[in-house]
This record gives sequence, C-alpha cells and structure tokens, in this order.
Amino acid sequence: MCLAIPAEIILIDGDEAVVSLDGVRKKISLALVDDVAVGDFVLIHVGYALNKIDADEAAKTLQLFAEAGMLGGER
Amino acid sequence: MKYVEEFRDQHHVCAIAAAIAREADVSRRYRLMEFCGGHTHAIFRYGLQQLLPNNVEFVHGPGCPVCVLPMARIDQAIRLAQQPDLVLCSYGDMLRVPAGKGRSLLQAKAAGADVRMVYSTQDALQIAREQPQRQVVFFAIGFETTTPPTAVAILQAQREGLTNFSVFCNHVLTPAALGAILDTDTPLAIDGFLGPSHVSTIIGSRPYEVFAERYQRPIVIAGFEPVDVMQSALMAIRRINQGQAIVDNEYTRAVTRDGNAKAQALMAEVFTLRSEFEWRGLGLIANSALKIADAYAAFDAEQRFDVPLRALTEIKGCECPAVLRGQKTPLDCKLFGAPCTPENPLGACMVSSEGACAAYWRYGRVQEAG
Ligand code: SF4
Repeated sequence: MCLAIPAEIILIDGDEAVVSLDGVRKKISLALVDDVAVGDFVLIHVGYALNKIDADEAAKTLQLFAEAGMLGGER
Repeated sequence: MKYVEEFRDQHHVCAIAAAIAREADVSRRYRLMEFCGGHTHAIFRYGLQQLLPNNVEFVHGPGCPVCVLPMARIDQAIRLAQQPDLVLCSYGDMLRVPAGKGRSLLQAKAAGADVRMVYSTQDALQIAREQPQRQVVFFAIGFETTTPPTAVAILQAQREGLTNFSVFCNHVLTPAALGAILDTDTPLAIDGFLGPSHVSTIIGSRPYEVFAERYQRPIVIAGFEPVDVMQSALMAIRRINQGQAIVDNEYTRAVTRDGNAKAQALMAEVFTLRSEFEWRGLGLIANSALKIADAYAAFDAEQRFDVPLRALTEIKGCECPAVLRGQKTPLDCKLFGAPCTPENPLGACMVSSEGACAAYWRYGRVQEAG
C-alpha cells in the first residue's frame, strides 16, 4: 500500500508532470513538492510525487554498501 | 530502473549479511520489528530472514493500512456505495477486503453498486467533474503517504466548486500505532525497529525520536529494497550492541529529519485529529487518526450521508493483536491456514499481501519448516 516508485521527470506543466516509469510515460501531480526540475527523480505514490530523490545521498548509501562488501572480502 | 536495481544487488545483500554475522553477539537475541508491510514483503520475497544468524529475527509489524482498517469501516463504505446515485471510488487494495460474512466492496459492485477502482484522488475528482448529477465519494484510507493526496483533492474540489465530491476519511497516523505497540503491559518482545520508509518521506524522522527515547529502543528509518532492509538491520544491531536508543536514517535518499513541509502543511490545513480511532488488531488508539476539519466539512462524506458506523465483532480466536505486537507468529494461531487464508481472511494480518499472516502463507511456511 505504501510502496512508492522512483521515476524521472520528463516534462513539467504547472502542478502536473510527465514521468518515465521504466520507459512508460505517466502523468502525475506535483502538488506535494517544491523545486523539482526536469531530470530529477521523484518518488511516485498514488499519482503524486511524494519527494525528490537526493542523488548525492543515494550515492553515499551505495558507498556504505560497497564498504560492507570490502570488509566482507577480508574474511 | 534507476534507484531500484542498485538497491537489490545480491552482492551487497550478501556482504551485509556477512557483516551482521560478524557483529551480532551470539550470546544475545536481536528481535527487530519491521514496521511496514513493504518491509515484510521484501523480507519474504528475497528470503532475507534465511541470510541472518539464528539469533537475529525479523518480527512483522502493523504497517499495512489495509490490514488495520476495522471491518466496521468497510461495512460503512459498502453501505455508502449502496446509496442511490452514488459512485464510491477507492484504491484497488480495498475492494476485496471482507467486512464479515463474505461481504466486500467487490461483492457490492457485483450486486449493482457503482464502485470504481481509482489509481489516484485525481481520478475520483475527474469522475465528479464528468458526472455532476451524481454524488462521488472517495473512500480514503492509508497512512501519511496517501493522506496528502487526499488533502490536495479536497482543496481542489473546493477551488472548483465541486459540490458532488466528498471524502470518507479513514486516514491513520503511523507514530500513534508505533506508540500503541510500545505501550504494552507485557514486557516488550522487540529490541529495535525498522521504521517506515515512504511515510517518513512525508513526516520525516523526527516524530520517532520521542519513542526511541521513552522506550529505549533504536529505530532505523529503512528503505523498502532488500539491501536497504539488510543495511538497516545492521545499523539497528550496532545500536543495540552499543546500548544506544536513537533514531538513525538509512533511507537518506528520500527521508530528511523534517520531512516534506509542503505536504505536512496541506494535511494540517484540511484535517484534524480524531480523539480516538479503532485499529483492527490493535483496538482503540487515542489521537491516532484524522478527520476532515470543520472548514472543509462540506466535503466530509460522514456528515453528508446518514450512514452511521455499526459495531461488528472481530473473529474469535484470531491472534492478530499479539501478532501485530510481535508477541506471537502467525503459526501460533489455530485458525491459520484453516479456515483463515488469503482467499478467506478472518483477521487483519491475512487481509492484504503485506500482512504478516498473508506473507507467511505465501512464502513462509516452507522456509519455516526447512
Ligand atoms: S491466521 Fe488469520 S485469524 Fe489467525 S492471526 Fe492471522 S489473520 Fe488472525
């Protein structure tokens, strides 16, 4: 029920946007978010963007995983 | 898909599993409650429990809004749908949920009621625009993820002067449910929590801080992908080892401490607290749900239509209250499997695929036995 999916914004028209969800285009509402631009990734839930995905934070989290992997390799 | 595949990477999952095996103290148990049905789903789908040492255990929480909605509320929605000239719109998950004696919205639809599945509140508004001679009611359910979209729809209906649109509001609050689980008379059977992901994109991680402090349990806001769940478990284990009961955030790519201020403001504008609300499996919880604020009473279906709530008794023998609190597993319930199955759900935890009993039924039995 609470699953939201990351999608890239392709086009913005006022409070509405078109996103690409795995290649499929979909119209969504931007009524809940500020400061989003074409090319940003947002989390989509029931037709609304809930929040922008922070690319830097995503990279940092992946880095953490990679570090766990390196430590694992020492065993 | 970007931001999905990387977080399902099997190598990462295995590496973190190895780290957990190294860091989990063999002399103690770690019982981690994942709050959300989304986490439960990931744990079963990717077999994450099997990657953990025996003393680290996932306990399935109440975070499935479909499961925790009482039958009496679904019964009310069914009777609303049966009003003349009324279109009842709802998210797909709600249609199959039984309200006792096999009654459901789907069955009401088959019997002639105009029940429509919508993907978004925008679809419900569109039906109201296209059919001005009919009343359109949106059956609103869900935690803080689905609440802001309902607020947007009500504000839009007001702006457009849509007099045939209203909302049957059943939105509930996540922190209240967490409080209800923590606040038990019996000793708490949980050592740490994996906190909501998408709810937290809206409310932020700050609302959990009082619970971590008051009940001395670490809480890690956790993403829904398998690597997120594993990493969050590792973070919780580290806090437990250090004896630190604080809130950590693994899901930093989408959750901040303060959350989405715009969405919060919309919710605060349109809704106010109910003094209490019944949760299926958890009972009455004070200040745990929202109703439509007086300024928007014109859009409140509970006020517009005379369809009062009727008391319905839940099934005897259902162990959901204990399952939802992590005190029992679905296998402890005598009704599990016969007669309670996903096709014939008797209790909250079997109702949607995200519920603990349904997850056990679909994935768990084999794994538990093996
Ligand atoms: S198996 Fe069914 S009756 Fe038993 S606890 Fe789960 S939902 Fe309730």
